[in-house]
Amino acid sequence: MLRPAGDFDRSYEQDMALLRRPWHYWLLGISLLAAFTLPLWGDAYLVATANQIAYTIIAVQGLNILTGYTGQISLSQAAFMLVGGYASALLVIHAGLPFFIALPLAALAAGAIGLIFGLASLRVKGFYLAFATLAAQFIIPWLSRHTFKEYLGGANGAIEVPVPQLGGVNFGEVSNFFYISLVVLLITTILLFNVSRTRLGRAFVSVRDNDLAAELLGVNLFAYKLRAFFIAAMLAGLAGAIKAHSQRGVGTEFGYGLNESIIFLGMLVIGGLGTNLGPFLGVAFIVLLEDLSDLLGGVLAAAFPELSGQLLTSFRPIFFGVALMLFLIYEPRGLSHRWQLLRAGWRLRPFTR
Amino acid sequence: MYDGGLMNWPLVPQQFVTGILNGGTIGLIALGIVLIYKSSEVFNFAHGHLVMFGAFLTWWFTGGGAEPGAGLIDLPLWAAVIAALIVSMGIGLLIERFALRPMTGQPLLAIMLMTLGLAQLFEGATAVLFGVELKSNFPAPFSPSDVLIIPFPGAFGDAIRLKYTLVATFGVAVLAAVVFIWFFNSTKTGLAMRATAEDHEVARSVGIKVSRVFGLSWGIAGVIATLGGVLLATVSGVSLNLSTVALIAFPAILLGGLESLGGALLGGFAIGLVQALVQASRLIEVRNSSEIAPYLLLLVVLLIRPEGLFGQKRIERI
Repeated sequence: MLRPAGDFDRSYEQDMALLRRPWHYWLLGISLLAAFTLPLWGDAYLVATANQIAYTIIAVQGLNILTGYTGQISLSQAAFMLVGGYASALLVIHAGLPFFIALPLAALAAGAIGLIFGLASLRVKGFYLAFATLAAQFIIPWLSRHTFKEYLGGANGAIEVPVPQLGGVNFGEVSNFFYISLVVLLITTILLFNVSRTRLGRAFVSVRDNDLAAELLGVNLFAYKLRAFFIAAMLAGLAGAIKAHSQRGVGTEFGYGLNESIIFLGMLVIGGLGTNLGPFLGVAFIVLLEDLSDLLGGVLAAAFPELSGQLLTSFRPIFFGVALMLFLIYEPRGLSHRWQLLRAGWRLRPFTR
Repeated sequence: MYDGGLMNWPLVPQQFVTGILNGGTIGLIALGIVLIYKSSEVFNFAHGHLVMFGAFLTWWFTGGGAEPGAGLIDLPLWAAVIAALIVSMGIGLLIERFALRPMTGQPLLAIMLMTLGLAQLFEGATAVLFGVELKSNFPAPFSPSDVLIIPFPGAFGDAIRLKYTLVATFGVAVLAAVVFIWFFNSTKTGLAMRATAEDHEVARSVGIKVSRVFGLSWGIAGVIATLGGVLLATVSGVSLNLSTVALIAFPAILLGGLESLGGALLGGFAIGLVQALVQASRLIEVRNSSEIAPYLLLLVVLLIRPEGLFGQKRIERI
């Protein structure tokens, strides 16, 4: 981090502090206040979008641990979300557990499935590993469509998921459900901030930068890669469970395909690989871009009604593809790097350039 | 029909041949990916979308589903294929110049994501240009009901029935693959491409223009993809699903080995065969299991022999 001369820490606590300056407290306070009061002043559409952004960030945070920090390319994050969604839904429906107990169990279930496919990571790496996860991304949704039909919804690819209840509060309304996503997101964010700056996170980064060198330094490759897979799949499972309960349905009908996995990777890269801020910026950017493309598609479809079918569906992939390509060419370190530059420029002014 | 065994034996010879015939197209598609990987170490995840786009282009050049004579362009199939091949070669060159060349020296993930972004772009562009619904009126040279019957005296139902479309696509695929492998191994341009694949620095030092070789390989890959798309379309019609169908080429490549052209072709046959044999076996009682079998095979290959049958084992140094 770039800091002006004379600005240094005087104690260990100061060195480890996440919030270092008064404006950090102000920024955090104001954004938390804005987030928690959102259902009071925002309309339903805004709250639903914020809810979607919140649980997508959780999934991308998981991918960030696996791909951003540990450097293992994964194309199966959406499939692990599907596992989490089904696990939570089945625990609530058939075991009668309350949602708030099923949620962590679903995360563990998804993590366990993630471990199975993570086993491939010891044998192969690079895009060979990408292929292993690609296979997972095909096999898991296929299993959900064609096995255990009475539980998983069969070829329809969907089952209904009940609304969570807690105390007398019904979370059927998105303005209530939003708080679940928000609180889980806060918890995962705090945990991941601490993962990234402790032994675990440093081991992940060393595996990414050079796995052979990391092994020589005493990092157990197998253990740490599996931990990364476990954390990634667990967070995907959390996100999937939240998504399933907020959409009140889970199954291949609701997405969870290869496309979603690719979009998660794109979000991560656009936000910034291996940074804690990246998932937030990337997810918000892509979700807003998708809204923008829906808006544009809607306007054009109204103008050319005979082409509406193709106009409505085609803008999302075009916008996403072009945005991803432009970011890869012009800013491969993502939006969070831009933010770093902006901050450094502000701190070092007038010597910015 | 079943007598309780694992395989439905009367169907096996039939499915065996069908599988090999389907495998030709898979192998041809796989060849295009291996070509780009060999020359520039880029694994092209957008190849399936190039395949789909090529099929749509050909369909559009034949009149695009308009009434005969009413369309803007109304070419016979052979001319439409040639036109689509030329356009897709141009598209391949453009992709190399504007998407991949700026990425030279970037890490693997960035390049992989670039091709995935391209795939998304093609997905959307195809939908906006040609519409999203299935085009079942692709002008195939044979009707799907034309059947070639090879007498097979003996136990297996006395004859093997082959659809003419399958035989024709197999012929075209294998011919194209053989011509292409000959080109790669025996012409001067092909030798330049092989030299580039071996070592960029050395290729430069003997006077080969590496950037031109990259462009050329993307152009050729575009041509191969379109050809594969036309072959897939004659069997199953033109739709956005063709890109997913073409993903079957990935297991074929890994099975054959990333660096081997012949391996890709053989891998294609193997994948076609696996799919067909699953159809002939008891496993088909689980619906669509032939669609997932190649990916299970992919996992097995990755666990047992990641470099594939004919690939090179890589040695890493710190």
